[in-house]
Parts: sequence; C-alpha cells; structure tokens
Amino acid sequence: MHSAGADPAVARTATILTLTVHRKVYRRAGSEPVEAVRDLAVTVRAGETLCLIGPSGAGKTTTLRILLGLDRDFEGALTTRPDLRIGMVFQEPRLLPWRTVEENVRLSLPRGERGQPLEALFEELGLGPWRGHYPRALSLGMARRVALARALALAPSLLVLDEPFVSLDDAAASSLRAAVFGSAASRGAAVLMVTHNVPEALAVADRLLLLSGRPASLVAEVPIRTKRAERGRDWTEAMRRDLAAQYPGTVAEG
Amino acid sequence: MALLARLGSLVLLLACWWLASRVTDPRTLPSPEAVAAFVVREAASGDLLRNIGITLWRVVASFCLAMATGAVLGIALGRSRTADRLLDTPLLVLLNTPALIVTVLAYIWLGLTETAAILAVALNKMPNVAVILREGARGLDPGLEEMAQAFRYDRRTWIRHVLLPQLEPFAVAAARSGVSLAWKIVLVVELLGRPNGVGYAISYYFQLFDVAALIGYSLVFSAVMLAVDALLLQPLDAHARRWR
Repeated sequence: MHSAGADPAVARTATILTLTVHRKVYRRAGSEPVEAVRDLAVTVRAGETLCLIGPSGAGKTTTLRILLGLDRDFEGALTTRPDLRIGMVFQEPRLLPWRTVEENVRLSLPRGERGQPLEALFEELGLGPWRGHYPRALSLGMARRVALARALALAPSLLVLDEPFVSLDDAAASSLRAAVFGSAASRGAAVLMVTHNVPEALAVADRLLLLSGRPASLVAEVPIRTKRAERGRDWTEAMRRDLAAQYPGTVAEG
Repeated sequence: MALLARLGSLVLLLACWWLASRVTDPRTLPSPEAVAAFVVREAASGDLLRNIGITLWRVVASFCLAMATGAVLGIALGRSRTADRLLDTPLLVLLNTPALIVTVLAYIWLGLTETAAILAVALNKMPNVAVILREGARGLDPGLEEMAQAFRYDRRTWIRHVLLPQLEPFAVAAARSGVSLAWKIVLVVELLGRPNGVGYAISYYFQLFDVAALIGYSLVFSAVMLAVDALLLQPLDAHARRWR
C-alpha cells in the first residue's frame, strides 16, 4: 500500500492534517517586519510520504514550527485529526545530554505511558546495547536513531523529519533511511520530510511540495506515480533534470 | 600522586612556618607546636567544639537561605526581561554594598539577634548566587526548549529534566564559591554582634593578643570547611557532570 501514489484508493484516504498559511510575518521590536511564509497549503493524508523541498533559509523551519503547533501566530488555519500524534525528528538530534538514551525516549511519552515496554522499539532500531548510555557517547547517526525512537515511541500517525540524513556518511545515511521508512511503513504512519536533496526525495516520496525562497510559498505540488521499486538511477536523473528545468528557483541544476 | 603533592606542599608550608617562628618574636608568630597545644587545650575545655558548632550552624543556615532566594531570583531574572530590567539595579547596588554595612544595618534594624546575624550573611551572599544563576537561566538551549514543546513536556517534566540539569553546573559553582564567602562573612557578623562562635572567639583572643589562639581557630575552621567541600560539594559537582 505504501508505494501507491497512483492508487486511487490512497487519494480517498483520510486527510490527517491540513495547513493553510496565508501569511506569516515576524515582527520584532526595533527592526523591519520579515515575511517568512506566504500562500502555503499542505495537506497530509494517512500513510503517505510527503517531501518538502526548498532552498535553504526559505522558511522551512518556520513552516515546520507552525505545522507542529508550536507557533500559532500566523494568518491561516491548521486543522488536524483530533487524535493526531506527531512524532518530530529534528535535524540536530536534540537529546537531553544529561539523560540516558532510554530516559530520553521515555520522557517524550505522556506521563501515564512512560512505563510501557520499549524493548521491541529499541531492538527494531538496533539501540538495545545503547539504552543505558548518555547521548554524548553516540555517533551522529546513532543519536538520530535515538531521536527517531523517541518520535516512534509516541506511536505517531505522522512522522515529521527535518533534513534527517544530512551530515551522515553514505552508509550511515542509507541505514538510517531504511530504519525511518521501514518503521513508518510498518506502523502505517505518514511521513513529512523536509530536505534539499532532490534525488533522496524522489526515491521515497508519494508527493513533492516545492517551495520558493523567502517568503516561502508553494511553487508546485508534484505527485509521483512511478512505483518505488521502478525508480532507478536513470529515472531519478531524468526527473531531477525535468524539475530543475521547470522550477529553477527551487531545484538546483546539478 | 596528586595527594602526595598536596601533602608535600603542606609539609613544606609547616616547615617554613616552624623556621620563621624560630627567628621572630613568638608573641607575634607562635610556633606550630604552640598553636597545636592551644587547639588541644581549647578542645579539652569544650569551647572549641561549641564555637565551631555555632558558627557552622550559622554558615549552613545563611548559606541555604542565600542559595534558595538567590536561585529563585536569578532564574526569574534570567527568564523574564521585565524582571531583569526592574531588579538589575537594586541587585547591583546590593552586590556592591560592603558586607560590613549590610551587617551593621541588619543589627540596627533587627537588634543584636540570631535572625539579624543569619539574615546579614545571607543578604551578602544572595546577590552573588542570583548573578551566577541568571547567567545559567539566560543560556538555556533554545533547541531543547523547542524539542520540549514539540513533545508536549508538562511543566514538571520540563523543570526536572530540561531546566534544572542546565542550571545544575551554575548552582554548584555558586555553592562552592558561596560556602567560603559565607564563612568569612559569618566571622565578621559574629565579631560585631554575637556572644559566641568563632568570630567572637577571635575578637576575644585579639583583645588578649593571643596569636596562637587566632591561628588555631582559623586553621581548625578552615579544615572543617575544606572537609565540607571535599565530602559534600565536590561529589555534588562530580554528580552534576557525570554525563559529560
């Protein structure tokens, strides 16, 4: 079911989150107001994989903050399914360095759920031996795995990832990628990933959302109907070139 | 090895003292034996223990009071810009008021009482704690704040697992510098207005010009404070840094 951007059944599946931002302006005392986002609409459906692509510094972080409900000071509307749980994986792992790996994961849960067994989750992500360690002892790849475990512990219907594979070597990136999409697929969770790596997005996405530079606004929404298994190197390269020609402000020539 | 070096420097210091006492007037610089003899005598009479005990209690009480009020004030100043603007100047004034003035005013306003003494010491130490913890509260990691919000940390979880661990190194630093400051000020406060304690004993023996007694009391109390630092504050420091 997961590779089914073309499947009409998916188009009918429930919308779990709708965000419309007409305008988001930062106003700080003593400086000019800065418009960070304009006319941006994002809809996330259950179980789909969505990639948000845009030039760096384009207000992607602002968009994520609004989407997570952390910033309510914007013109527009955010509607979510009432029981929606969002698991967030920040670009920097943002673990509490003074708490062990296991404590970091448990603290992300509401108080009543902290005692639940997490062995299966730690084993699934290969974190079993690291449970009692402090984050300082971990490599970046491992720390991101802990951040992923923390997000997955919530049993989210939506996993939001901000540039999750940057600054990793190829091996670490591909093993983390397998962990992210494997765990999301097995849970039926939707994935919203922010990235500037177009080939990476092309490999996993059901839809691409292309953003312009500041103020960030939606340039295009590109559904990808090719099955994941059929997305070879040539296909990816052709798609990328195609997108770069159509949306030069968003997708860099390579 | 480190312990050996410490012991070595201590023995060297004692040797220098002993030599110097040979060539000077024993009334102005008594020998180490004379000081030791005084300490034994004073301990046997019970005065040593009583004076040290009462001073230690004053140090502990005023230290706890200063840490508690200073920490609350410092966190408030570090977190709220309005509070900082309002209270920065009074804090600076208090920070720069000589300990002697605070002490004398406390005695005048509250009388020569135990409360006045402890309050005077706490008031001398408190601004220092507040300034150190204000730095800590200002430097909270914004990334972790955002993470805590994204995962809907409740207030208790945030305080215990996000706020306090970030303040811990600052609190320990304030505590370690604070203990030594508190005990020095306690002596002045006792000298000016208490009928007991190490400060009182010092002023009494000063009037008798008994230098052996002065050095004896000072050394014994320093030893007590060193023990407090080594047995209480250093382990606390190590605990605060265990994850680094």
